Amino acid sequence: MAEVEQGCELFSAGHRACGGCGPALAARLLLKATGKNVIIASATGCMEVFSTPYPETAWGVPWIHSLFENVAAVASGIEASLKRQGRSEKVVCIGGDGATFDIGVLCISGAFERGHDITYICYDNEAYMNTGIQRSGATPYGASTTTSPPGACAPGGNPLPKKDMPAILAAHGAPYVATASIAYPNDFVQKVERAINTPGPCYIQVHTPCCTGWGFESGETLAMAKLAIDTGLWVNYEMVDGKVVKAKKVRRKPVEEYLAKQKRFRHLFKPARRDDVIANIQAIADANAERFGIDIKRKESSE
Amino acid sequence: MLEFMEGSHAVAEIVKRCRPQVIAAYPITPQTHIVEDLAQMVANCELDAEYITVESEFSALSACLGASAAGSRVYSATTSQGLALMFEVCFNVAGMRQPIVMTIANRSLGAPLSIWNDQQDSISLRDSGWLQFYAEDNQEAVDLHMIAYKVCEDHDILLPAFVCFDGFILSHTYEPVALPGQEEVDAYLPAFTPYQRLDAEKPLSFGMYATPEYYTEFRYETDRALYRAKESFIKAGREFGEQFGRDYSALVEGYRLEDADTALVAMGSICGTAKDAIDEMRDAGKKVGLLKIRTYRPFPGPEIADALSGVSTVAVLDKNISLGGGGAVGTEVKAALYGSGAAVYDYIIALGGRDVRKRDVAAVVDLAEKGKGDMFYGLRTEVL
Ligand SMILES: Cc1ncc(C[n+]2csc(CCOP(=O)(O)OP(=O)(O)O)c2C)c(N)n1
Ligand code: SF4
Ligand SMILES: [Mg+2]
Repeated sequence: MAEVEQGCELFSAGHRACGGCGPALAARLLLKATGKNVIIASATGCMEVFSTPYPETAWGVPWIHSLFENVAAVASGIEASLKRQGRSEKVVCIGGDGATFDIGVLCISGAFERGHDITYICYDNEAYMNTGIQRSGATPYGASTTTSPPGACAPGGNPLPKKDMPAILAAHGAPYVATASIAYPNDFVQKVERAINTPGPCYIQVHTPCCTGWGFESGETLAMAKLAIDTGLWVNYEMVDGKVVKAKKVRRKPVEEYLAKQKRFRHLFKPARRDDVIANIQAIADANAERFGIDIKRKESSE
Repeated sequence: MLEFMEGSHAVAEIVKRCRPQVIAAYPITPQTHIVEDLAQMVANCELDAEYITVESEFSALSACLGASAAGSRVYSATTSQGLALMFEVCFNVAGMRQPIVMTIANRSLGAPLSIWNDQQDSISLRDSGWLQFYAEDNQEAVDLHMIAYKVCEDHDILLPAFVCFDGFILSHTYEPVALPGQEEVDAYLPAFTPYQRLDAEKPLSFGMYATPEYYTEFRYETDRALYRAKESFIKAGREFGEQFGRDYSALVEGYRLEDADTALVAMGSICGTAKDAIDEMRDAGKKVGLLKIRTYRPFPGPEIADALSGVSTVAVLDKNISLGGGGAVGTEVKAALYGSGAAVYDYIIALGGRDVRKRDVAAVVDLAEKGKGDMFYGLRTEVL
């Protein structure tokens, strides 16, 4: 964090997010990367609600919110309007994982297929938090949410794997697609800079742990984000013209270290250990490591 | 100079002359000819606009919202299922006070699937905060587009508007139309000056979240703006008359109402048929007239009460049905005439493209005069 340039804050403190909110940190970093010459279009969700309770706003740049699922279409219109007026602001969408993976897919697909010069940031806290922690297409396998609760017939919680949204957007021909994490703020900022300066539709999915929804102490947000990477359950990578060009390497830890620290995975340990589910989650991390080649071999340095 | 052309083409021609900077639309019968014509105009460099070929009506209106908020004059067109898909965005656009003009080539709503005309689509959006203007013929459809932009963009109003014209009956019909030239339109409708816009020079937040302490006041302000739009429409309609010789300064328009005992009330193209039927009934000695509603939103309640003050029987032709609640226009006309002593009857008619002829209008008048109403007119009981 200290390495990130501390300028005049465009995303001001005093918003209504929970203490230790991962998405709130992502918003701050985002505006550090974009600077003032930007227009932000926000989807309904925690970030929109905690940052703009009328008549207060945390946004020091032009900002618009319309609905939960139409942010990419709103941004398409903004971009066309700016183009027509010969204006230079960058257009950036920000939406949660629910807005992005689920209900907004139609609008995002349309905007990416048409090739608007926009950057879409998905802040991924892996569930619908604003409505009280329901499952989304981004919720990881095995996590408990209020709509994927563990029970006698569903001991593992969420039975489905996380949707591969970056691949879906890369398949649209997006010139630049990346994943990032608030655990690595400079990396996130650089990726945003690259995206907004790449013509055409670009996508960044930033991992933003949510202490309230995942069930960990509010001081542990960055540690949790880092553990997700260290276990291989989250991979930071970049795709240029559809090809993975760079992925952050790690000396992997067992997934259990990550799972055991969060209440959303508590059912995997209590009342009885669910070694089968934990093994499945380990297999997901192993597959990630294989796919992105992130395992640090002996004497290799990270990245 | 009158030109003989298709209604959709006339609408596209006037939209072009209104100089929208961003157009986002999605094809649906019977609106398609309008958006195809506009796409061709853009392709031919006749119209200097960004044309966004969106993947749905939902995105069409969402893109219009973004474009408008960023400071451009925008345009869209739709109907029926397309408008239904826009439902959520419609409320949003009005609440965010964006002056978007959208043509509705009125069509019924499924199920059952029907591509034919009635006014169920736009009427179902009556509570959304959009102004709603209904055209009787293609000339009025053309003229109402210019007026709509003027009213919507009035900084005292800042609301979106539907310009409604009956699908097929008007959209696909060739009629002589006087199309104002570009210079005349420019003289009437100045370049768009947004009241506020998304702008890095002056950062503002649009579309915030309101707690119970503020929500009601937002709704109140929008409601007031709709009522203020009456004056704005009257002024814009009068100015239009001064410049083009066709006066639109009335929210409701009477036809042979002066000494009428019975009045029909209607909106859109059915008014033309009703006028012809009234001429025949008048020839036969019946004192019948018509009140045409031009602005369904804002609803001209007092204007209707005033225009119908001498009438004893009122028959409302409703090309829609609020299922389980009666015709939408009839319900509001009854409220407007409450206490006037007039007997008001509602007739659900011309749904899903069923033809209405002069004899049907005469039959409705007969029913009303016999005290029979609040019914579906012309039901084919043999297929029930
Ligand atoms: C059409 C529609 N359906 C449902 C909702 C209710 N809703 C508001 S925010 C939200 C969840 C948002 O989840 P996400 O996008 O992941 O953002 P988060 O709250 O987690 O930050 C839901 C379901 C809505 N506003 N609109
Ligand atoms: S619930 Fe989670 S995402 Fe929402 S404000 Fe709290 S910490 Fe942030
Ligand atoms: Mg979420």
